[in-house]
Amino acid sequence: MRIRDLDDKARSARQKAADLGPDIDLDSYTIESPPHEAISDLARLSDGDKERMLLAGIESDTGERSGSYIQKDGVPVFTASLQEGLEIVPIREALEKFDWLADYYWKLIDVDTDKYTARARLDLHNGYLIRALPGARITFPAQACMYLEKDGFSQNVHNIIIAEEGSELHVITGCATAAHVSSGIHVGISEFYVKKNAKLSFTMIHHWAEDVAVRPRSAGIVEEGGLFLNNYICMKPVKSLQTYPRTSLVGKGAVARFYSLLVGSPGGELDAGGGIDLKAEDTRAEIISRAISNGGNILARGDLVGEVPGARGHLECRGLILNQGMIHAIPELVGKVDGVEMSHEAAVGKIAQEEIFYLMSRGLTEDEATATIVRGFLSVDIPGLPAPLQKEIDRAVDMSREDLL
Amino acid sequence: MLVIEDLQVMMGDKELLKHIDLEIRPGETHILFGPNGSGKTSLIMTIMGYPQYRVTYGKIYFKGEDITNMPIDERARLGIGMSYQRPPSIKGLKTRHMVEICAGDGADVDSLAGRINMNSFLDRDINVGFSGGEIKRSELLQLMAQKPDLLLFDEPESGVDLENIVLIGNMINELLERDNTPTKDKSVKEIKKARSRMGLVITHTGFILDYVTADQGQVLYDGVLACKSNPVEIFKQIKSVGYEECVRCGSET
Ligand SMILES: Nc1ncnc2c1ncn2[C@@H]1O[C@H](COP(=O)(O)OP(=O)(O)OP(=O)(O)O)[C@@H](O)[C@H]1O
Ligand SMILES: [Mg+2]
Repeated sequence: MRIRDLDDKARSARQKAADLGPDIDLDSYTIESPPHEAISDLARLSDGDKERMLLAGIESDTGERSGSYIQKDGVPVFTASLQEGLEIVPIREALEKFDWLADYYWKLIDVDTDKYTARARLDLHNGYLIRALPGARITFPAQACMYLEKDGFSQNVHNIIIAEEGSELHVITGCATAAHVSSGIHVGISEFYVKKNAKLSFTMIHHWAEDVAVRPRSAGIVEEGGLFLNNYICMKPVKSLQTYPRTSLVGKGAVARFYSLLVGSPGGELDAGGGIDLKAEDTRAEIISRAISNGGNILARGDLVGEVPGARGHLECRGLILNQGMIHAIPELVGKVDGVEMSHEAAVGKIAQEEIFYLMSRGLTEDEATATIVRGFLSVDIPGLPAPLQKEIDRAVDMSREDLL
Repeated sequence: MLVIEDLQVMMGDKELLKHIDLEIRPGETHILFGPNGSGKTSLIMTIMGYPQYRVTYGKIYFKGEDITNMPIDERARLGIGMSYQRPPSIKGLKTRHMVEICAGDGADVDSLAGRINMNSFLDRDINVGFSGGEIKRSELLQLMAQKPDLLLFDEPESGVDLENIVLIGNMINELLERDNTPTKDKSVKEIKKARSRMGLVITHTGFILDYVTADQGQVLYDGVLACKSNPVEIFKQIKSVGYEECVRCGSET
């Protein structure tokens, strides 16, 4: 579809509320980005920015990163690839430069899905293309940061991530706000392409402010023998989050695993989950989520659809209510043919008193015992995730544990 | 020293323990026998401080302090520790971390684990999917790190295989400082005198008696503590005439 047609289609959805999540008045946010100067080196970021970005897993010391993309409000301020075979290009530039990108832009998500997709097309600021060339093994993570510096800003981005045939790519995306920002909205489209025998891990850490609304719109496709690991961590206060990435496994033996860690703080509304469609033989899918309500409301969704014999999927949804709030686990399984194997496990509750006493009898105070159990609850081993990324996840978990108690 | 005076414990409106008196002096180890449901676990959970066991009468003193209403963690810090009959499992908490918690300030977890065949469990979540015998070893490992002054063992050898029972028995013996072998510098008498750890061990099988020389045995029967005597004798009695008869004989003497 040509850009003009996309725009027409988007316009028709300008006012269209989303199926899920509270409706947001987009007009109450500005789309005028202040100018930001490009920087030549991440070390040049202000200490305040560095600190906030680090909270979302973005390192200004890039020793353990294969490349970086940093966007402040609507403006890319830094783009660099440090490894051969890795391309990182701001999406606007990429759309002009690469004709082939038209085959990937708005291909997995309909531009008229809702007002957020419409905005991401019609008022697009920027975003990134991150691509591992065929056969490239990009073992250090590439990092991308979406930073909100202007209060009341609507940040509209579009990202395309491509792991070409036989490649390996790890991406960490950190979304954060500057310390003074309290409100804003982030509208982010992400399209993931995992080609034949490629491996892509995508870890997103959200570290927003209390009054920020977040509407990601993501979708992925995994070809034969491909592996897509998708981790989502949102443990800091946020006003409203609604996300429901959908991934299709279209090639034989394709595998997708989604992990999410969510904390709902007082006043927060989180509606998060994901769906995986198993469309080819020997495909495997796993969705694992851990949700803690610390006074907020959380809807934890998960949906597996088995369409061919031999498809296997497992969904695990565990919720912990710490200080009131609500958790609603909605695990769904659909088997469309004979011979699919799908299961789910869901549990919502509070911390078992018995576990607290057990730890107290080993010398911990009640608070220490609670903290230890919460840490355990949030610790999921993610096989195949490089150590620096596991480190970032652990850091986020440790920080949130401090907040919770 | 642990002193229990005229202790009555209720759960709901059920009286689990009826006017228990018990004294364990520094260096002493007692064995507790009794049929299923007689209140043995209730007694040690009460000593540990589990609030669902409501103390409605009597007192518990430890090291001279009245601990009757003390929270569990304070009792632990005062030097009481227990090996559970059925501990909970905690997802996401590695056994290694649990042992570190028990040790408080630093322990060589690997070498401790090596002593009771637990190395391969350190990176598993505590008690999750452990077999019956493995749980007993995991509990013991935690106490080895915790090193409490009063050790409460709730059936430490139930379900443990013959090879591991040797390990467990010897380790409990060591923890309770029961080894009486005289050395050049120390006579048996001196060893006994230097001993300060206290123990209360619940057993059905009596296997533990092959490894631990205990000072005293008692039978808990329907919430009543009876029959203080030599533990090996008591065990023989129970085997030959049963608990009920054993208790009757105990109350007659
Ligand atoms: N939560 C509870 N509700 C009702 N009764 C209980 C509860 N917990 C324990 N009891 C009862 O208290 C009694 C004593 O139990 P306890 O666990 O102390 O027995 P025990 O001597 O350790 O037995 P065993 O040898 O089988 O381990 C039993 O009759 C048991 O059913
Ligand atoms: Mg018992």
